[in-house]
Amino acid sequence: MSEREKTDRTRRRFLTTSLAALGGAAATPALSGEKPDPAITEVQPWRRHLGPGVDASPYGLPSPFEAQVRRRNVPWLTADTRSSINFTPLHQIDGIITPNGLCFERHHSGVAEIDPSRHRLMINGLVEQPLVFTLEDIRRFPRENRIYFMECTANTGMEWHGPQMNGVQFTHGMIHNVMYTGVPLRLILQEAGIKASAKWLLAEGGDAAAMTRSIPLEKALDDCMVAFAQNGEALRPENGYPLRLLVPGWEGNMWIKWLRRLELGDKPWMQREETSKYTDLMPDGTARQFTWVMDAKSVITSPSPQAPITHGKGPLVITGLAWSGHGIISKVDVTLDGGRNWTEARIDGPRLPKSLHRFYLEIDWDGRPMLLQSRAMDETGYVQPTMKALKAIRGENSVYHNNGIQTWHVRENGEVENVEVS
Amino acid sequence: MSRFLNILAAVLVFLPLPVLAGKLGLGRPALPEEIAAWDKDVRPDGQGLPAGQGSVAQGEEIYLERCAACHGDFGEGVDRWPVLAGGQDTLTDERPIKTIGSYWPYLSTAFDYIQRSMPYGDAATLGADETYAILAYLLYMNDIVDDEGFTLSRENFTSITLPNQPSFRNDDRPRIEYPLFRDRCMTTCKDHVEITARAANVDVTPK
Ligand code: HEC
Repeated sequence: MSEREKTDRTRRRFLTTSLAALGGAAATPALSGEKPDPAITEVQPWRRHLGPGVDASPYGLPSPFEAQVRRRNVPWLTADTRSSINFTPLHQIDGIITPNGLCFERHHSGVAEIDPSRHRLMINGLVEQPLVFTLEDIRRFPRENRIYFMECTANTGMEWHGPQMNGVQFTHGMIHNVMYTGVPLRLILQEAGIKASAKWLLAEGGDAAAMTRSIPLEKALDDCMVAFAQNGEALRPENGYPLRLLVPGWEGNMWIKWLRRLELGDKPWMQREETSKYTDLMPDGTARQFTWVMDAKSVITSPSPQAPITHGKGPLVITGLAWSGHGIISKVDVTLDGGRNWTEARIDGPRLPKSLHRFYLEIDWDGRPMLLQSRAMDETGYVQPTMKALKAIRGENSVYHNNGIQTWHVRENGEVENVEVS
Repeated sequence: MSRFLNILAAVLVFLPLPVLAGKLGLGRPALPEEIAAWDKDVRPDGQGLPAGQGSVAQGEEIYLERCAACHGDFGEGVDRWPVLAGGQDTLTDERPIKTIGSYWPYLSTAFDYIQRSMPYGDAATLGADETYAILAYLLYMNDIVDDEGFTLSRENFTSITLPNQPSFRNDDRPRIEYPLFRDRCMTTCKDHVEITARAANVDVTPK
């Protein structure tokens, strides 16, 4: 049977079961018709009384019933919340866009609270004319809108030593995906006139860490951007207000927030974040440096430990995210049996390079335990490896770039746990 | 006529925007004082090092006052604050300790970083002499210099090399890993599967 026929058959089976359910086989009181549903027969308060008027919340907030949807941190991980990280609640959001208030945060010296009227962007080094821009200057350049994922290099880093965190928020939540509005970096650099000897760019933040990274000029002139908006509104302070650098497909640490300076040079600066940190220690004690690209990766966001199955057997939507720093995701496969057999999942929504892709696999769950995994393949033909395959090369002392396949064990009762499989 | 206008419109739409062709004339020249105030980065070849010097003894004094509360009197790190000294020969251990002495490839990185980000919560307050002195003391704590009378300066800075520098190489994933990860097996990819570890047993997830 071809893959296509197989999916068609699954889909048919799914439709038949769902129709059967609607026909009266399901267990909810509303459908059984035994007892009238008070949600219908009683007049609800919001049906009777007037609700708040316009302007009750000039900057709108989610329903109070969604109060559990929030970023979380792992207190034992760091000494201080200002040199720390929190995690996007991936199990509670859908589609591909991360709402601004849920984008994970990583700060090295807290959130810089910058007065935009006192923010400047300087270009110096190997340029014809060092320049200073105000934010108003930046908004006079031609703009672009782009959707990109931004993944912390240490995402899933806690899992190198085997399964640690029971929750996709904690295992994979150092990622967000928003639409940026900004200016191609190339245009800003060209204003200053790049000297022929320039090969590298140093980007520097205006926070109390003055975070810096060296970026090869080739990448800077390719698809890097200086952004001032995310999802249509000004960048959030925790994401770099009023200006941040975008380095699409490359590790999150390079996306300098609170961007205040760009220096051109002929060699990399070997900053703390590209030597002490964000280098990959190999089992023989040597280390890889300049491991910039985030390789193809995917994860099932539901069901997952924080999003168990509560509805029992029958129609079940398995969903998750896939992404690659090398471009577009061409396939996502899902296994229910720990990697013995795989089915191609359906990617729905925009399929954009270096952006999150949303996938779904609709199944008719028979209530038996499952070992769920997803596996992404990107446009270069790279197939997301197992964690075991990665460890065979990199050992267990790596911290960064763990793009291995994640396993969720679903029990009969619908509970889900993070496990490792043979 | 209208057809001509349509064609003209189409041509205009697809012409590159004139502004993209050259400079826009945005921004203003950066003044030398402004560049000096912000451009303090230091490279391994010594580019960017300010004039100045500091001794191990001076460094110890400043370190104990401004750094030790978090990083420990001997760089051992208080609680979970970063460790700054020791860890030599631990890079292949189960819990490697990565410090300036055991892991960092370049001394310039430490000068740049300390002057840039430390002390945590009171950044950009250390002068050049103080930074040289702290570094001299960090080198001493890491057994990279063993002379208590050592003074670090712009002049002798690049003569110091860190022991782990040769251990770094550029990203070799494209050569080592990418060719291995191309198998999209769909059916009967393994004989049998069993659970070999569980996060529940580690029990570190926040409630
Ligand atoms: C209040 C606590 C505190 C004090 C005081 C402090 N530091 Fe730090 N230090 C930190 C933290 C936190 C980090 C990690 C910051 C981050 O998230 O990037 C750090 C990082 C460092 C690092 C990099 C460590 C590594 O392995 O990458 C060095 C070097 C350093 N500090 C030196 C100093 C020096 C020198 C002083 C005194 C002038 C100092 N620190 C004072 C908290 C402190």
